[in-house]
Amino acid sequence: MATTHSRTLAQFMLFPSVVLLLAWMIVPLCMTLYFSFLDYNLLSPGTEEFIGFLNYEFFLTDPAFFESFFNTLLLVGGVLLITICGGIGLAILLDQAIWGRNYVRIMVLAPFFVMPTVSALVWKNMLMNPVNGLFAHFATFIGVDPVDFFAQIPLLSIIIIVSWQWLPFAALILLTAIQSLDREQLEAADLDGAGPFSKFFYIVLPHLSRAITAVILIETIFLLSIFAEILVTTSGGPGYESTNITYLIYTQSLLQFDVGGGSAGGIIAVIIANIVAIFLMRLIGKNLEG
Amino acid sequence: MGSITLKQVTKNFDEVNVIKPLDLEIRDGEFIVFVGPSGCGKSTLLRMIAGLEDTTSGNIDIDGQDATSTPPAKRGLAMVFQSYALYPHMSVRNNIAFPLKRAKVPAAEIEQKIASAAKILNLGDYLDRKPGQLSGGQRQRVAIGRAIVRQPSAFLFDEPLSNLDASLRVNMRLEISELHKSLKTTMIYVTHDQVEAMTMADRIAVFNAGIIEQVGTPLELYQHPVNRFVAGFIGSPKMNFIELKQTKEDGATCLGVRPEHFQITTDAGIWSGKVGVVEHLGSETFLHVQVDGIGTLTVKANGDCPLSYGDDISLSADQSKILRFNDQGITLPSKGNQ
Ligand SMILES: Nc1ncnc2c1ncn2[C@@H]1O[C@H](COP(=O)(O)OP(=O)(O)OP(=O)(O)O)[C@@H](O)[C@H]1O
Ligand SMILES: [Mg+2]
Repeated sequence: MATTHSRTLAQFMLFPSVVLLLAWMIVPLCMTLYFSFLDYNLLSPGTEEFIGFLNYEFFLTDPAFFESFFNTLLLVGGVLLITICGGIGLAILLDQAIWGRNYVRIMVLAPFFVMPTVSALVWKNMLMNPVNGLFAHFATFIGVDPVDFFAQIPLLSIIIIVSWQWLPFAALILLTAIQSLDREQLEAADLDGAGPFSKFFYIVLPHLSRAITAVILIETIFLLSIFAEILVTTSGGPGYESTNITYLIYTQSLLQFDVGGGSAGGIIAVIIANIVAIFLMRLIGKNLEG
Repeated sequence: MGSITLKQVTKNFDEVNVIKPLDLEIRDGEFIVFVGPSGCGKSTLLRMIAGLEDTTSGNIDIDGQDATSTPPAKRGLAMVFQSYALYPHMSVRNNIAFPLKRAKVPAAEIEQKIASAAKILNLGDYLDRKPGQLSGGQRQRVAIGRAIVRQPSAFLFDEPLSNLDASLRVNMRLEISELHKSLKTTMIYVTHDQVEAMTMADRIAVFNAGIIEQVGTPLELYQHPVNRFVAGFIGSPKMNFIELKQTKEDGATCLGVRPEHFQITTDAGIWSGKVGVVEHLGSETFLHVQVDGIGTLTVKANGDCPLSYGDDISLSADQSKILRFNDQGITLPSKGNQ
């Protein structure tokens, strides 16, 4: 089916869906781009006027922007670090021949199926609540002051919650990668006198590099736009301590009704996401090749 | 040094017995080949010697020391796997250096050992390539290179040539034999290719369902197989077995004649039949002869044999070359020696 004729036909048949998909992406993007150049506030409708790059200037010079920019990086980086390290550990554990391994695997995967809002609420009310939470009870039990997670370490708390959600995903992908490792390589390494650490660093980890790259790329895309967890736990506070770019755009456009400013933020977020993507592909993309 | 002694060694995989109590003495410097049908436990025994598989009972002594529960790395053996088991993300150089680095050999010495291994195995041009960029034969050489730099007391090979094409297999066979001649290190070689076994081995151990049927030099096994299994396993094409109608006075119930020991006669021989398929190989010809009451016999004839399908033929054989088996399949002393 690789004749020129069939290929032309295939391209022609693909045309409608490609157009639809493009429209789906391009129209909102263009509208956002258009709004970002307007002074457009929902509180004073009908007074829109073109103001050039003023929205961008306001958004970029807002001190909250820098704080939330770094928060975004910390959030993405922190969650990646925890899920990759924890995921490798979990994957190695799950690869061992333990009793009831199949049930354990399903249970490990469970957090991934819990909706972000629900899991954040569970963490907020049942675990991290400074009065009633399990952690607080445990702290009083061993005789230390309970931590008020969302007031004292808001960003770290959110990193912990999000990591908990993404750990199963990382663990599962890495587990399948570990299982595809040729056992004879490990046996050869045994004969070559490699201990557990040498085997891990010289055989297992290089074998996992491709899967780790995939996990990093996929997770980054989703982690750049974390929103629900912040909304239901800290609402970005205290101050801007747990606000990321996504949440900042939300406060701009929906809490302050500034559609123009929010749109400018959205465009900046798109640019940041692309910079991060290019940076990542440069850095680790070659791992995905053949 | 590289003598290995197996004493009453057995292996069970969860209740399933794979190796029956087994004794074997492997001498220092010898090339011993394990042959046997698929699933008879050759690889399992090799892996037990390497330490990759626990021994259920019995003892494995290496150089006179009990090594039954010594970890693989401490046994001083090197193994070449069927899949080569090269480390795919390391260059050839690093693959070969890996065991040396683990043993904390100084860098200068590592360099020198890699260079000499590369020279022996003709790897010079590939040292900086990854295993994925090599052909099967080259990968095989790297795997052997990784084994020889450790200067092990014995090499273990598990069907190392089975992934190679026929002509390359012949070359590698010679290279491994030459390597053995120059290194004079003990080699244990698992294969089910009996040409490899016959051509490379100092001694062959024939396995069958977890036991060793016979150990001996290739010619011993060919000329004096202890039983019907060994007789049928060694030699290609297979030995012909002719069941006797009635048991002879010495208990023989079956005769064994190798295809090359038949003579084609014009006058009445012992057996007469019709020629079936004729296989011309150039240097020799294999005739499949239908004999009434016996079945098909394979007969080896000269390359220019004029017989063709449907011809009548009469066969005889040198009495001293005919093997005789009793009802247990044990070889009886041959007529010629009586
Ligand atoms: N890990 C294992 N668990 C259970 N049974 C096994 C295991 N490994 C091998 N066996 C069984 O042990 C027997 C011997 O296997 P082994 O691999 O030693 O055969 P082999 O002689 O090397 O055969 P081949 O020539 O096909 O490689 C086989 O019946 C096999 O099914
Ligand atoms: Mg095998």
